[in-house]
Amino acid sequence: MNLVFDVLTVLAVCAGAFFFLAGTIGLLRFPDALSRLHALTKADNLGLGLIVLGLLFQAEELFVALKLIGVWLLGLLAAATVTQLIARAIQPAGLRD
Amino acid sequence: MAFDAGLAVLVLGVASWTIAARDTFAAVVGFVAYGLLLALIWVRLAAPDVALTEAAIGSGLTGGLLLGASTRLRRTESLAVGEKPAAALRAATIGLCILVSAGLAAIILLLPEPAPTLAALAAANLVATGLGNPVTAVLMAYRAIDTLLEVVVLLLSLLGVWSLTPDHLWGSLPSPHYRADSYETVTFVTQLLAPIGILVGIHIFWIGSVAPGGEFQGATILAAMWILTMLSGLVDAPAVNRRWLRLLLIIGPVVFAAIGLAGFAMAGAFLAYPTNHAKLLILIIEVPVTLSVAAMLTLLVAGPPERSSHR
Amino acid sequence: MADFLLAAAGFVLATVALGLVRILRGPGDADRIMAAQLLGTGGIAALVLLAEANGVPAAVDVALVLALLAAFVSVAFVESVARSTADRT
Repeated sequence: MNLVFDVLTVLAVCAGAFFFLAGTIGLLRFPDALSRLHALTKADNLGLGLIVLGLLFQAEELFVALKLIGVWLLGLLAAATVTQLIARAIQPAGLRD
Repeated sequence: MAFDAGLAVLVLGVASWTIAARDTFAAVVGFVAYGLLLALIWVRLAAPDVALTEAAIGSGLTGGLLLGASTRLRRTESLAVGEKPAAALRAATIGLCILVSAGLAAIILLLPEPAPTLAALAAANLVATGLGNPVTAVLMAYRAIDTLLEVVVLLLSLLGVWSLTPDHLWGSLPSPHYRADSYETVTFVTQLLAPIGILVGIHIFWIGSVAPGGEFQGATILAAMWILTMLSGLVDAPAVNRRWLRLLLIIGPVVFAAIGLAGFAMAGAFLAYPTNHAKLLILIIEVPVTLSVAAMLTLLVAGPPERSSHR
Repeated sequence: MADFLLAAAGFVLATVALGLVRILRGPGDADRIMAAQLLGTGGIAALVLLAEANGVPAAVDVALVLALLAAFVSVAFVESVARSTADRT
């Protein structure tokens, strides 16, 4: 049973790290600030979710697992709303001609 | 080992970039980045209390403070960018920094093995204080006088900031006026995050007795949430001559000092606690101190009063 | 397992470092506002991994505080930049 959990953790954390890499590559390669912001937020938060999922398999007690999920939800919430704010600052009155 | 080396190189890189940045806003961004990475280093060194404090005060709140300063300095920034200190001054500064760094490195590397430490003594007496976290025991029981003095110093520095007010504006509202617009994204962010933040702040304050946390970290999170509501315009900054504000500011240090003086009667020395009631007394001190420090930090970031009450 | 998690944390930090290089270099303020977001998400991931790898459960609390403070600092950055564009126009 422990071996199964360990394998699942390794898989999930590797997937999460891959998405972090994808986010950074997007950050380096995308042409303008808005698309860079998009790459940063979407990919990195997905990576964070996968990493938290992987660590859930390693959690010893329920409280620790709940705390991990809480941290992930807070990070997601904060990122989603603050990204809108940053996008408005980068390009106010979002309509393009 | 490689992880630590990489982290150290990253922190040094960010720090060098922050010093070399020409624009004040860029330097503040670098400073916040540096602080957040430093919190990671503290976790690596198995010091989560310091990591909490670094993430909260060292980078978050101080970042807000520096941002306020950079906003106020924006008008003079174009004049300052062209200036450069004399070569002799820069050489002297570099020499002094190298000397201090080398001294610190030598002291750390030349420590005797095992390094002298009071940790065993602190852990042994933990039971008498009724606490489970040795860091909180040091802050609130063994060296409570230092904590009292720190809180008083914070209050005095707030008075120092207030002393920058022009005479005719004394007692009025600090910080620029932020408009609240119910359709604005920033209003939504605040309405979402502030309640969660307040809960997290209370949680961090409460678990400080048995796990890393405590009153300063909790107070900083509460202060950050208050500043957030001021930034979004949902709550206006309080005028500094309001009585409730001044009471809030002094209740922490006053309760702390009062219990300290009562220590003479209860256990024979200033800030001494009788053994059975130590935890209760520490709790009675911590709650008002948390509220006061939160108010102090908020007002420090808000700055000196600059708007009159009637618009 | 602990070594693997530590290596994963190091990898996440390396991607954050690469992102930081791009962000801090980017001319103008638009890119730099994103720095708090990048470090917030990456820092939370690294801290959560370190909590398990190093056996420091309190690192999850640090991650919690990091999430809140990174959001706060981002809002402060945005307000400061919005103010400066308003001042210039």
